[in-house]
Amino acid sequence: MSGMFVGMPAFPKAAHEVVGNQTLRGNLRHATHTIRAKRAKAVDELSDWAELREAGRRIKDHTLRHLDRCLEQLEESVTAAGGTVHWAADADEANRIVVELVRDTGESEVVKVKSMATQEIGLNEALEAEGIRAYETDLAELIVQLGKDRPSHILVPAIHRNRGEIRDIFRSEMGRWGRPAPQGLSDSPAELAEASRLHLREKFLRAKVGISGANFMVAESGTLVVVESEGNGRMCLTLPETLISVVGIEKIVPTWRDLEVFLQTLPRSSTAERMNPYTSTWTGITDGDGPSVFHLVLLDNGRTDALADQVGRQALRCIRCSACLNVCPVYERAGGHAYGSVYPGPIGAILTPQLRGTQSEIDASLPYASSLCGACYEVCPVAIDIPEVLVHLRERVVQGGPVTRAGNKVVLKPAKGHAAERAAMRAAQWAFGHPGVLRTGQRLASRSRRFHPRTLPGPGRAWSASRDLPTVPAEPFRDWWQRGHGGEEAK
Amino acid sequence: MRVALFLTCVNDTLYPDTGRAVVRLLTRLGVEVDFPPGQTCCGQAHYNTGYRHEAEPLALRYADVFREYDAIVTPSGSCGAMVRELYPRLGARARAEGRGDTLATRLAPVIPKTYELTEFLVDVLGATDVGAYYPHRVTYHPTCHGLRSLGLGDRPRRLLEAVRGLELVELPGADECCGFGGTFAVKNPDVSAAMGVDKVRNAESTGAEVLCAADNACLMHLGGTMARLRVGMRPVHIAEILASTEQEPPR
Repeated sequence: MSGMFVGMPAFPKAAHEVVGNQTLRGNLRHATHTIRAKRAKAVDELSDWAELREAGRRIKDHTLRHLDRCLEQLEESVTAAGGTVHWAADADEANRIVVELVRDTGESEVVKVKSMATQEIGLNEALEAEGIRAYETDLAELIVQLGKDRPSHILVPAIHRNRGEIRDIFRSEMGRWGRPAPQGLSDSPAELAEASRLHLREKFLRAKVGISGANFMVAESGTLVVVESEGNGRMCLTLPETLISVVGIEKIVPTWRDLEVFLQTLPRSSTAERMNPYTSTWTGITDGDGPSVFHLVLLDNGRTDALADQVGRQALRCIRCSACLNVCPVYERAGGHAYGSVYPGPIGAILTPQLRGTQSEIDASLPYASSLCGACYEVCPVAIDIPEVLVHLRERVVQGGPVTRAGNKVVLKPAKGHAAERAAMRAAQWAFGHPGVLRTGQRLASRSRRFHPRTLPGPGRAWSASRDLPTVPAEPFRDWWQRGHGGEEAK
Repeated sequence: MRVALFLTCVNDTLYPDTGRAVVRLLTRLGVEVDFPPGQTCCGQAHYNTGYRHEAEPLALRYADVFREYDAIVTPSGSCGAMVRELYPRLGARARAEGRGDTLATRLAPVIPKTYELTEFLVDVLGATDVGAYYPHRVTYHPTCHGLRSLGLGDRPRRLLEAVRGLELVELPGADECCGFGGTFAVKNPDVSAAMGVDKVRNAESTGAEVLCAADNACLMHLGGTMARLRVGMRPVHIAEILASTEQEPPR
């Protein structure tokens, strides 16, 4: 995945910084609570939401079960419509293909539609290394790119920035990339939007190559679909001569009719709109209308490995709506950067360790970045049981076991750093297997209770640094029960 | 009807008052309740931390200890959810791993007989007014596993509303997690503590004297946070409120 996240610290450490940053906490709280409330309202409008959610889950599960056939059908349809299909097993291969395709056009710059897949593979950096400049045209992506920043949200990648910061970035950075920000730019949303329009317009009109992802690919017709709010996508998809789309293989739906479900659930879940402002669809190429050359790069990059996992594969249903981020109490307090991936929040915590593996410190810490409160599962429009997958991946971290990596079945060893925890869990299991042992432990704790400290040393400080310890009672319940057999006479 | 109390390891060790309250409450409602001493822990902490195989013997112990009873009542939303939602998953995973149906078959009988306390009161006994008296201003925090896994809905609220003398006040952001999350509390202590502080501040803003919940694990986290912040509220398990009467105020 994108090189910009390499070497990230484990989640708890990264989150520690954010929790203490009151400005950032305020920005995140305000933004997530606002969108959370709006989404709830937009979803409550539909009396058949539960049915739509179930239909979405079924369509995605059915497609994933027959992914091989769907993909071959898609390749045929796209080819028949005048497009060219390329298959990329991983990020490097996808980047190589795109670089070659751009080189073949003789161009040295491209305009981009907001796309998670191209961020996942670090395409902008790969193009840059070959002397090709990629311009992000989505407003929030533009802010991130100009600020040499990292995205912190799937839908709103600059959610961690406030208006003043955006104005400062526009003022100092726009000139380096093209048309500078207008003199005296203020932090009013209208002025900021106009500045980005003027800055981007020259890029839209000049660009000969556009690069996009896609929200959906229709196997039967070979149609690709991008939904967006700003119209920048429509510009990139129609003005350039060459269009290159990099799309994860799980973005496929079998039929045009299936879109009916997702075009209802996606906008309501993501931007809380009944319908997104722009829905662009294209099928191969059409003479005199839009790009004359179309390339589709189908990206695997760990998806087939995830598909091999019976529990984890449900993460591939994701339609990238961000509803789970917006309701997540952990995301709200830790921010998106702590997840060390272009996919933050609850969905990132189950997707990243499946796409990248659980070997690095950050990736092994992601399944624990959740209190398992279940709010994410409740709002997911394709019913991904995120807590179930989190627990499944925790098991993979601490116990190892069989997984598929790069198409090969391998047996993972348990991750390092869990030896003390494992010993404690086994000791607890043994004690709980012997009620007599449990009672002896309880009595010891009760009798020594006057000597218990208020705070704990060592690892126990993780609890007592912010919370008082509970007071141990004079006797456990089971002793009271056995003395008097419960009942009122026991008093 | 033979009714067993599954108190949970946390309550047995740290919150015996909650256990005594459940016994007093059920006895008052004419239910004879037993506490089989072979019970220990449902295995939730093991399962949720990634030690599924270590949770299996604990689940089997639960199934053996409670098999003979008609109903098993537990004053914990999360332990109740472990049995009802996750025991079936333990069995299914064992089957998927080629270990046959033994685990699923042995666990199956106790799963539908397990009730969280407020479910048992409202659904099985058909009681919302349990004859309690508790003259205090109370705010209620619906804990996540009770709310979302078990779907307790408005049962706890209906029970509290029927308590004489009790003034129930709305908790802002009630359905947001308190930040306990089992081992999450120590694996991600900063985020957990921040969530706890926000929950406590919301509770404080209601002017209530008592923060009530149906799960002592969450209340242990929130009570510890309140004590550290020197907030003048106290955490009380719903069983202790429902058990209290004019003749027998809470101890």
